[in-house]
Amino acid sequence: MIDNEPGAPSGPAAPPEAPDPSRPLDAGEIADAHERRADDVIRRKQEERVRTAIQSELSEDDADAAPRPRAEDPGPLEDAVIELERVYLSFDRPILEDVSFAAFPGETVVIVGESGTGKSTTLKLILRLLQPDSGRVYVSGNDIAGLSFTEALAVRQKMGMVFQSAALFDSMTVFENVAYPLREHTDLDDDEIEARVRQKLEFVDLTPDEVMDRLPAELSGGMKKRVGIARGMANNAEIMLYDEPTSGLDPLTTATITRLIMKLQRELNVTSIVVSHDIRSAFRMGTHIALLADRSIRFFGTPEEMAASDDRYIRDFLGGF
Amino acid sequence: MPPILDRLNDAAKRKVLALQDYFILAWNALRFIFARPFYGGDLVQQMDAIGVQSLGIVLLTGFFTGMVLALQSAVQLQTFGASMYMGRLVSASMIRELGPVLAGLMVAGRVGSGIAAQLGSMKVTEQIDALNTLGTDPIKKLVVPRVLAALIMLPVLTIINDCVGIVGGNLIAQFYLDVPTSLYWRTVWEQVASDGFVLRFIPNDFVQGLTKPFVFGGIISITACYFGLNTTGGTEGVGISTTRTVVTSSILILVLDYFLTQILLSVLVAP
Repeated sequence: MIDNEPGAPSGPAAPPEAPDPSRPLDAGEIADAHERRADDVIRRKQEERVRTAIQSELSEDDADAAPRPRAEDPGPLEDAVIELERVYLSFDRPILEDVSFAAFPGETVVIVGESGTGKSTTLKLILRLLQPDSGRVYVSGNDIAGLSFTEALAVRQKMGMVFQSAALFDSMTVFENVAYPLREHTDLDDDEIEARVRQKLEFVDLTPDEVMDRLPAELSGGMKKRVGIARGMANNAEIMLYDEPTSGLDPLTTATITRLIMKLQRELNVTSIVVSHDIRSAFRMGTHIALLADRSIRFFGTPEEMAASDDRYIRDFLGGF
Repeated sequence: MPPILDRLNDAAKRKVLALQDYFILAWNALRFIFARPFYGGDLVQQMDAIGVQSLGIVLLTGFFTGMVLALQSAVQLQTFGASMYMGRLVSASMIRELGPVLAGLMVAGRVGSGIAAQLGSMKVTEQIDALNTLGTDPIKKLVVPRVLAALIMLPVLTIINDCVGIVGGNLIAQFYLDVPTSLYWRTVWEQVASDGFVLRFIPNDFVQGLTKPFVFGGIISITACYFGLNTTGGTEGVGISTTRTVVTSSILILVLDYFLTQILLSVLVAP
């Protein structure tokens, strides 16, 4: 579980009051209990960084010494592929406040939450299509929040994005869509590009000869999503981002897309961030679930931990599942 | 501050910001013309869409404008016994004013609306975001080829428009005023030569007649790209962007035509 204020030491802490074991816990305390339990690895690493920073502050007497790591800026977590650290974002109203979470290699983090809570916005921050007002967004250890738009283009080449509407280029055929990132960013010749496109289409369970020459308008919703995944992974992306990959699909196609996302994780060790409303799919594919509520992360943990949560909001959110 | 002033203040700020965005887009579009990667295929495709496919509409409007100009002038010229000057009148009007402005307005209507609708649709269906996520700068991929194609093709279309307009005037002069074709074309050339030359051999009329469409090409393409890329609100938003493109481009063409004429007349002084 990520502590939402990892880098905010407030001096020597007062000894906590001994809790009354017979007193019933309120929702906030239950959530706190789950937060403490969830994802010890991330917390331990962040606490270690904060502790190091504090010790460094306390032991430092020489004013001319080299710059010390600031407690508010502990830097990226080791091994984290994607990390959001105390991210704040607002447009004409606050959208995200103090959002922190991390995804490690091969993990699938599913971001769930009510509509309008900033889930898709979080993906746009990871892609550096948006810049946070404050906080850090690390991709493979590099802070991308400070990159210029042009610099961010290079970072995005490592990522694949699957849009809610698939966002296939409607003037291009399926082949041209999947081949697009290869033509843009590689020196592969035409034969190699065709071989790669066929391989990716087969990976997403499409028959290349049947679909390659079709225009997106001639595909079903599920096929468009699968072509979108093939395009996203064409450049052998290490990170895949999915925005509502199963929305608007029938249950069978939803299951197919969910299986594909799991297959990517299992066979290619791809790190994925999935924004979804579909709790059933989220529980199937997610190694971790992040629940966005009231502009911040209300819960971050494994699906099992979420299912076991007694938090009233989480229970309501999960509904009958 | 009273609420109404607050709202006016906000509206004014939004307009200024929009204007700033417009100029930033224009600057980036012109700057990226010389920056890699170059999308040659897209440029050729846009030159076809903007130039070749606009040929029919430009030929038609140019030809009939030349004819109606000659027809309207014929009555006045006959009154003063000056029918032999028909060539001068038609060529001066077509080359300096009507050719560039008509070609500009036609392209704004046909091509500007098309660009705005295409980019607007791409925006609302997340295709622009998809380009970004695939590591492609949408300005380089979408805006630069369109702007460059318009800068190249609008002067070409204007030359064609001028030519067919003068030919239309020739038909009226010959069959309505009985002005011989040879005399008509001689007076056309006399008009072109009478306004002096730039660098000894480029007629001032040509400089004036080709500077304008070059500027209009930039105005139309950048306006269309600006409204297209800033489309919001789904298919309704696409319609709004398209309308705004045509209205704004047309107004800018007519207003800028006046100022360009003022500047060019003061710069290109006849001998």
